Amino acid sequence: MIERTVTIVNRKGLHTRPAATLVKTAARFQSDLTIRKDNLEINGKSIIGVMTLAAEQGSTLTLQFDGPDEEQACLAMEDLFRRGFDEE
Amino acid sequence: MDTASRQEIVLKGVAAAPGISCGPAYLYSKLIPRVEEKSITPEEVQGEIGRLHNANARSEKELQKIHAFAEQKLGSQNARIFEAQIMILADTILMGAIENRIARELKNAEFIVTDEITKYKQIMLSAHDEYMHERAHDVDDVMNRIIRNIQDQKLFSKLEGASIIVSETLAPSDTVIFSRNQVLGYATDLGGVTSHAAILARSLKIPAVVGLRTSTKTVKTGDTVAIDGYAGLIVLNPTEETIQTLERKKQRFEEFEGRLVNIAGLTAETLDHKHIELSANIEFDTEIEFSRAQGSAGIGLFRTESQLIGRPSYPTEEEQYQAYRRVAEGVFPHSVIFRTFDVGGDKISPDTEHEANPFLGWRGIRVLLDRPELFLDQLRAILRASTQKNVRIMFPMVSTVQEIRRAREMVSRAQKELDARALPYDPEIKIGIMIEVPAAAILAEQMAGEADFLSIGTNDLIQYLLAVDRDNAAVASLYQQFNPAVLRTIRHIIDAGHKKGVWVGMCGQMAGDPLATVLLVGLGIDELSVIPSVLPEIKKIILSIKYKEAKRVADKALTMSTEQEIREHLSAIIKNKVPEIPFDE
Repeated sequence: MIERTVTIVNRKGLHTRPAATLVKTAARFQSDLTIRKDNLEINGKSIIGVMTLAAEQGSTLTLQFDGPDEEQACLAMEDLFRRGFDEE
Repeated sequence: MDTASRQEIVLKGVAAAPGISCGPAYLYSKLIPRVEEKSITPEEVQGEIGRLHNANARSEKELQKIHAFAEQKLGSQNARIFEAQIMILADTILMGAIENRIARELKNAEFIVTDEITKYKQIMLSAHDEYMHERAHDVDDVMNRIIRNIQDQKLFSKLEGASIIVSETLAPSDTVIFSRNQVLGYATDLGGVTSHAAILARSLKIPAVVGLRTSTKTVKTGDTVAIDGYAGLIVLNPTEETIQTLERKKQRFEEFEGRLVNIAGLTAETLDHKHIELSANIEFDTEIEFSRAQGSAGIGLFRTESQLIGRPSYPTEEEQYQAYRRVAEGVFPHSVIFRTFDVGGDKISPDTEHEANPFLGWRGIRVLLDRPELFLDQLRAILRASTQKNVRIMFPMVSTVQEIRRAREMVSRAQKELDARALPYDPEIKIGIMIEVPAAAILAEQMAGEADFLSIGTNDLIQYLLAVDRDNAAVASLYQQFNPAVLRTIRHIIDAGHKKGVWVGMCGQMAGDPLATVLLVGLGIDELSVIPSVLPEIKKIILSIKYKEAKRVADKALTMSTEQEIREHLSAIIKNKVPEIPFDE
């Protein structure tokens, strides 16, 4: 199991389009992805779950990867957050 | 028939789409899918999950259709809400959880769907954020759709024959579905004329009245209702007399509208060839087509606040640029005046600050000058959209000359920043201001010396000038559009502008009032920007009068000392010169 803290860098935060990109990326891997923000914990492969995260620019999320390809999944996801979901 | 209990009741709202019709009401309630908790046997689990799958497939098909329709009618930006709903239907984690619960808890599918999706909805509603609340609304929408399809209810099968739809509010998706049925009209408790449902109703040519507040409590399915989309009212249990009056009004308006079709292509000028630039006020690019069909010569006011609707933060330069470019291209070869964000007062803003007196507070240009980053983002976006030289900029709520100078400096700065990025724009872009503060009206000559054009915003100007809040019922009758003080102020602004060689327009509600047209032309107004629906009527008046006569009408009005006298004077002129204008009786 790997755990990482990431920050939302794109300006509009985690709105619908980035949420969809996040879920699609998570779905490429076998590993489970759990996202925690404040007291909320959701499944990173569920769009309705990710949509509940009112994550604005600058907010931080904890990502937890668990599965056979957790390292690759973690790298891909960190990269996605760094690029701001390719939004800008 | 029990006539005693069927008293005629008139409900007043806001006219959202023109037209008149009469027919049975259909009360459309969002709460239609009723969900009961039922136990099932282990043998029934597979069947229950099968029902869920079928319902999801049907829901997706419906949403795809709605999405395509909305994209065509409202543009892809506005259609995106349906994309989110489609994605939720395809959420395998959510659906997997629902299926597991059905099998484990042995409960019916609709109960588990409601229970599971409501959990997410609650989280969204607990966020103190407009944007999250709207998402909760989307989630609710998709949940109701699934449940309805599980229950295999054909929601509109009850809608037999043509009906007037009465509901609390209409989502764009509802309007789309209704359009396939025979709908005589829409009446809603909530909403404004700018809501998507209203825009859609106009494009479908179905009368609509919104903001009725109590219609769903007053009207029952099957009741006879008449809807008047011109006056913005509905009549429950109309008497034979009311129906006949409305029928006559409908004929009058339709005849008039029929004749107006021919004038859409004509230029607005008086019989003695004084040209008036007649343009439209809009806030969505989806309205361009309608305003052109109505015969507008461009957009005299594009309210950029529409870019802020349903958003948690201000849009980026790039997002704004894309939106403004679409508008500029859509309007070409005519031009468009973009009014920079007029937030504050009663208008939305992503950063809502509570002020004791918002109309006298931080709004319009004041906000923009205090927030240079925000201002520059918007100016760069507008400038980038100006490459075809059909774009103008207008600043709202200007009260001092320094504000114009500072705002112009910001435009220069935005231009330099674009130069540095080697991005093109129109270097000769015209910059104008709204005259809506009495101080700016009094100083109109100095203001005109620093601007390329002036546009009179009558709604605010009148309320500031007369010290009347028109939303306050106790004083609303003192809000007098034709108050002599208002007339003198307008004349002063127009004369001051002309003295400095700049054109003077008007984009407030008064510009679209047929009673005001002769007066305004006579006072020398150069441009009138009006809501698209009244455009042909205003053009017809301009085409029917002589400037020379209009001047005499205006001069006489200026000698009068009460609004009553002025109204009577103007009404007599219009009845004489353009008798076919169908005023309310």
